[in-house]
Amino acid sequence: MAGHSENISRSELWGGDGSPFRISYGKQWMWMFLVSDALTFGGLLTAYGFARHQAADWPIGEETFNAMPFLGNGYPLLYVALMTFILIVSSVTMVLAVEAAHRLDKKGVVKWLLLTVVGGLFFVGSQAWEWYHFIHGTHFGSILTSEGWAVLEYAGSEPVLQFGRGISITGAEAQALIDSSSASMQGANLIENEYAPMVPQYADFFFFITGFHGFHVFSGVVFNLIILINVVRGVYDKRGHYEMVEKVGLYWHFVDLVWVFVFTFFYLV
Amino acid sequence: MERDDLVHDHNYSVAANHDEAHGVAIRKTIWKVTAILTIITVVEVLIGAFIKQYTGDQGADNSLWPYVKVGFIVLTVVKAAYIVLVFMHLGDERKNFKMVILVPYVLFIVYLIFICLTESSYWNHILHQEESGVIEQEMSLNAYCNKALEFDKTKTVHL
Repeated sequence: MAGHSENISRSELWGGDGSPFRISYGKQWMWMFLVSDALTFGGLLTAYGFARHQAADWPIGEETFNAMPFLGNGYPLLYVALMTFILIVSSVTMVLAVEAAHRLDKKGVVKWLLLTVVGGLFFVGSQAWEWYHFIHGTHFGSILTSEGWAVLEYAGSEPVLQFGRGISITGAEAQALIDSSSASMQGANLIENEYAPMVPQYADFFFFITGFHGFHVFSGVVFNLIILINVVRGVYDKRGHYEMVEKVGLYWHFVDLVWVFVFTFFYLV
Repeated sequence: MERDDLVHDHNYSVAANHDEAHGVAIRKTIWKVTAILTIITVVEVLIGAFIKQYTGDQGADNSLWPYVKVGFIVLTVVKAAYIVLVFMHLGDERKNFKMVILVPYVLFIVYLIFICLTESSYWNHILHQEESGVIEQEMSLNAYCNKALEFDKTKTVHL
């Protein structure tokens, strides 16, 4: 019976009348993919919230993440704020690339897309440093004293024990606690971490969520590069529109969007 | 056979092109939103640097902190809204498309957050907020379950 349809003239066929959303198929399904991906990240961050809310104590972001490359410790949140700013800027260059694409301005698209790729690489590199620092830990690690776990530091030759929440013990008292300490820990892995010795899941969530996000950034850089090569080759000039730039742009903005939430819930709150 | 769907898609994509004058207006909006996002991030970091979760040197809770926390979440949602509506141009799409993207997502996530926080409050209560005030830091799974059962029993008795 299907064969009979060939006999119907084209003028009688209903063409389907386009999309009810008045956007192209490709853009619509990029959005659908992003919704599903956003549910994944929403699930991960909510699981993090669950673990954190039921724990007795949780490390404070600005105490754990207070290091800067080449400068050492004592710069709470500055490095991660810089990373956030880099990602926002690369989101801006992306939206400028999309705007140039709508004017069929090939040179503009190449310029802004290239800058977006550079921004993305900076971000991935920053995250690699962040991980390196997180895994290796502080200079002397944490020790278990009779007062609980504390990060060991030295101000000159004077020992300083940081118990978190701004509580610290120094001098001879600290030395006595160090001498009687029963365990020590340095850096972080999936089983234990010095930042929150009592909540080992802390490092697991850090690795999984920032890792999953970092992998998204990396994929985004690869997608952007592929589209950049196509732009340079003039593929979209021939097509008459640069919608592919808009589609990878959606993905790239989404990566920035997720980071906004990771930044808040991992570092600020 | 010619594929009608592709022709339609092509038309939408071509229709999205704009001229130089229109581009100037769009770029102005982009820079404005960039400034807003940057300012919000700077404000967040400053608040984070100056308002601590604890006060004094004994680690007492800062009574301001719950408000700061809510403030952070509000600022985050504002940032997210600018990114989605302006940078991702969802604000320029048809209303039915906006609803298809946002409504199911918001419903699911609000429900998920509600259920997870309710459940974790329950566990937090069982594990750490006993009447004795003793904070239990390590407990086997078995002890977890026994405690949960005990808690339920006391609850039933009180009812």
